[in-house]
Amino acid sequence: MTHAYIGIYGAGVARAATTADAFNAVAEPRRRQILDVLAGGERPVNELVARLGLTQPQVSKHLRVLREVGAVEVRDEGRRRLYRLNGHALKPIHDWVKGYEHSWSERFERLDVVLADLKTQEEGHADHDEQGDRDAAQR
Amino acid sequence: MQTMTNKATVTLPSDEQILITREFDSPKHLVYRAWTTPELVKQWWSGRRGTVTSAEIDLRVGGAWRYVMLASGGHEVAFHGEYREIVPDERIVNTEVYETPEATDDDAAVNTVTFTEHDGRTTLTILTELPSKEIRDLIIDSGMEGGMQEGMDLLEQVAISLR
Repeated sequence: MTHAYIGIYGAGVARAATTADAFNAVAEPRRRQILDVLAGGERPVNELVARLGLTQPQVSKHLRVLREVGAVEVRDEGRRRLYRLNGHALKPIHDWVKGYEHSWSERFERLDVVLADLKTQEEGHADHDEQGDRDAAQR
Repeated sequence: MQTMTNKATVTLPSDEQILITREFDSPKHLVYRAWTTPELVKQWWSGRRGTVTSAEIDLRVGGAWRYVMLASGGHEVAFHGEYREIVPDERIVNTEVYETPEATDDDAAVNTVTFTEHDGRTTLTILTELPSKEIRDLIIDSGMEGGMQEGMDLLEQVAISLR
């Protein structure tokens, strides 16, 4: 009733099987941590290493994946390499969630109509009941 | 009278959960009725994506449900599951399987639906909990590769960076 619609409604953003995309990039907890840190602003790689408690090669590996999908960008400033978040690359995720939300909104709009009918029916019955009570009282 | 359109909100409380929330301008016993009556489900469940051709609901613990939709593209999709918990007008817990040749009941997600009334209006929440296997299926089904909660957490950042 619910998640299955990811299958149908998600089809709109279905893509070729590849690991190099935003979804895959954020599926790894450490990479999400990196993105979280970078969400606070541009950071040099050594600061990321310190914040994550990983080795420099490990951090570099994650940064490479993030760079491949464009989620982070890098620039050299003197001897420092500075990394920053690029939100545009994460837009497919945003779009997917919004699409899911939209699908449910459409479904709920129809449910609204059903509910309006039910309310009308119920009020109708109540009126009948009141009329019935009045009739009974008169008798 | 329906005077406003309420927006459904989708959040991802954890990697394997999806939470949908929506408010309705109706008392909860009506929302519950629309949710659990086959003829009514047929009227809304497909949204704008097609028509519900079959809705079977055996509303008791251990009872089965199955919905079939004829999608606008002409193909049929079906879902089924079992009711695990039923508190009339309050709460339903049920399993759900998207029927594909590969899907087994081990792939079932568990949905917890709650109906909460306040001032004649009802807040509906649907919490979908996916087994980790489902997450894998999602890769095939939708191109989603896990990390959903974080995807959501990142949304704000995306929104900010798109400004």
